[in-house]
Amino acid sequence: MKRLLGVLAALALLVIGAGFAVLAWQRHLSDATPPSRQPVNLERGAYLAAVGNCAGCHTARGGERLAGGRPIPTPFGTVFSSNLTPDATGLAGWSADDFWRAIHLGQSRDGRLLSPAHPITNTTLVNREDADALHAWLQTQPAAHVPRREHELRWPYGTQVAIAAWRALYFSPGAYRPNPARDAAWNRGAYLSQGLAHCSACHAGRNALGGDSGPADFRGGLLTGLGWTAPSLLDPAEAGVQRWGEETLRHWLRDGHADGHAALGPMAEVVLGSTSHLNDADLAAMSAYLRALPEQAVTRSEPADPAPRRRERGAGLYRDQCAACHGQRGEGRRDESGALAYPALAGSRIVTQASAANLIRVIERGGFSPATPGHPRPYGMPPFAGVLGAEELAALASHLRQSWGHRAGEIDAVEVLRLRSAATTH
Amino acid sequence: MFRLTCLLAAALFCGGAAAQPVPDSLAQRALACTGCHGKEGRAAPDGYYPRLAGKPAGYLYNQLLNFRDGRRDYGLMSELISPLSDAYLKDLAGHFASLDLPYPPPQKPTLATAELAAAERLVRNGDAARRLPACTACHGERLTGTQPGVPGLLGLSRDYLNGQLGAWRSGQRRAQTPDCMAQIAKTLTVAEINAATQFLAGQPMPADSHPAAALPGPAPMRCGGLQP
Repeated sequence: MKRLLGVLAALALLVIGAGFAVLAWQRHLSDATPPSRQPVNLERGAYLAAVGNCAGCHTARGGERLAGGRPIPTPFGTVFSSNLTPDATGLAGWSADDFWRAIHLGQSRDGRLLSPAHPITNTTLVNREDADALHAWLQTQPAAHVPRREHELRWPYGTQVAIAAWRALYFSPGAYRPNPARDAAWNRGAYLSQGLAHCSACHAGRNALGGDSGPADFRGGLLTGLGWTAPSLLDPAEAGVQRWGEETLRHWLRDGHADGHAALGPMAEVVLGSTSHLNDADLAAMSAYLRALPEQAVTRSEPADPAPRRRERGAGLYRDQCAACHGQRGEGRRDESGALAYPALAGSRIVTQASAANLIRVIERGGFSPATPGHPRPYGMPPFAGVLGAEELAALASHLRQSWGHRAGEIDAVEVLRLRSAATTH
Repeated sequence: MFRLTCLLAAALFCGGAAAQPVPDSLAQRALACTGCHGKEGRAAPDGYYPRLAGKPAGYLYNQLLNFRDGRRDYGLMSELISPLSDAYLKDLAGHFASLDLPYPPPQKPTLATAELAAAERLVRNGDAARRLPACTACHGERLTGTQPGVPGLLGLSRDYLNGQLGAWRSGQRRAQTPDCMAQIAKTLTVAEINAATQFLAGQPMPADSHPAAALPGPAPMRCGGLQP
């Protein structure tokens, strides 16, 4: 017995020792990249901050711009974004080297390892010149006094040892290495999409520890706490754009709306904060890269057993609640100017994606595509949260997923409730 | 032959042509709002989603900004309008403000006459000792609101009025600072709020139900929502 206890104690010591060794290693990553010799370009810094949508996470709803405090839900608890303005509670006094260490190595000036909710696997690819421009621009922004709010993460996820362990598994400092087999536009698109624009922060297929397989992991997954799915960019039946026209994708990224495709929910936010600000060359580059992503089908889970009566009920709900805007045959409706007002549901990917999360979400909570200069007054969908219960949502979704040639799985009320709980579970 | 082509291309062309195009109008776009706020924005029957029709444009616009930017807290509303621009929200506010639609009949009060009379005095005169301005000082002599930023208090359900004053007391509803309605709601007692909303919801609409063109006199308090 005594011996067993001894062995256990030794093991525990070993684990603790290893934890601190990993922490020490992660905190002392070295980097000798010299500062950029380019003259400071504030305009470029402002542009890059928009591409990276820094303000998207680093601004609380209604709060001072870039002053942090926005809650970011994760499967491990809530993370609060930090203040990027040049205030004592933010980045006042940060040198370009300090900022480079944060963006390239994911480490704050005080030595603290940043939570992986900050997309360090992406930002590590940002080159020194861009990081310096961002730093210079951030230092010119109005200072706002907003003290850092402690993350509310379940033990042990918020500890520095846990973050160090996560980094040992899923993070290594890197730089974007151009692919010589591809042209300059593709490489520029890859640099932006994998790096500063951090598409994989949402579109990665994460494991139970929140780890992904790198900055080009676009397998898609449920955004716990937000209740939306970031669909796979590798599967054309999900959100892959491999078969979209080049112009369609460029317009969609710029306007949030093109050829019957609308950006909704978190992606509407991304279009507003980021892609609508891309210059023409970068829009074309990002489009080239995303359209050339390899195709890989997602695995679809076992659908609910077919229930003809549920679908029949769904068909009735569709006629009563949906057909006036989306058409009797799901063909959508245009306005007098010829612009598409209400998207077709026949052939719509949001209807047939493997996960019904976004479909249920849009029916329950409605939505607008973003109001952008290219598409300033979008038509909207009213929320049906107070009108349709879980059984009705399941019926309607099942009807949509089986109509007009669709072969997506039916869903039942249990699935609706499961998706709802994923929207609130932290 | 045309028929055959139609059959072949049904979903794409003829199907699309079959449905009448919708008008390219704000009223059409506002259908995303009236799903909850009642037909044409006349309020939902449950009294929870308030009337929008005929309220001053500046007030409606401020509320849209407050919801979008987190000063007012109702997830469904904030989320719905979060991707919309100031300009578009202003257009939508202007659309609802321009509607001239009949109001629902008043709700019969349940309080005793003396209590209602006291409530009316509070509404019309305020209470100088407690620095409570009269409701009419901002919401207009007719209580139908004043342009451009103060909403009317008539034609709204008791539940809605109580809900809003309660939300102001608890800090759940906020306006731009200085937030005068928050101060007022926190000074009022719960009994006074209940009596005042009984009185207000029990008033018939005056012949002229429109918001007054301006405040009746100088504003009794500084209100962030009224700054130009």
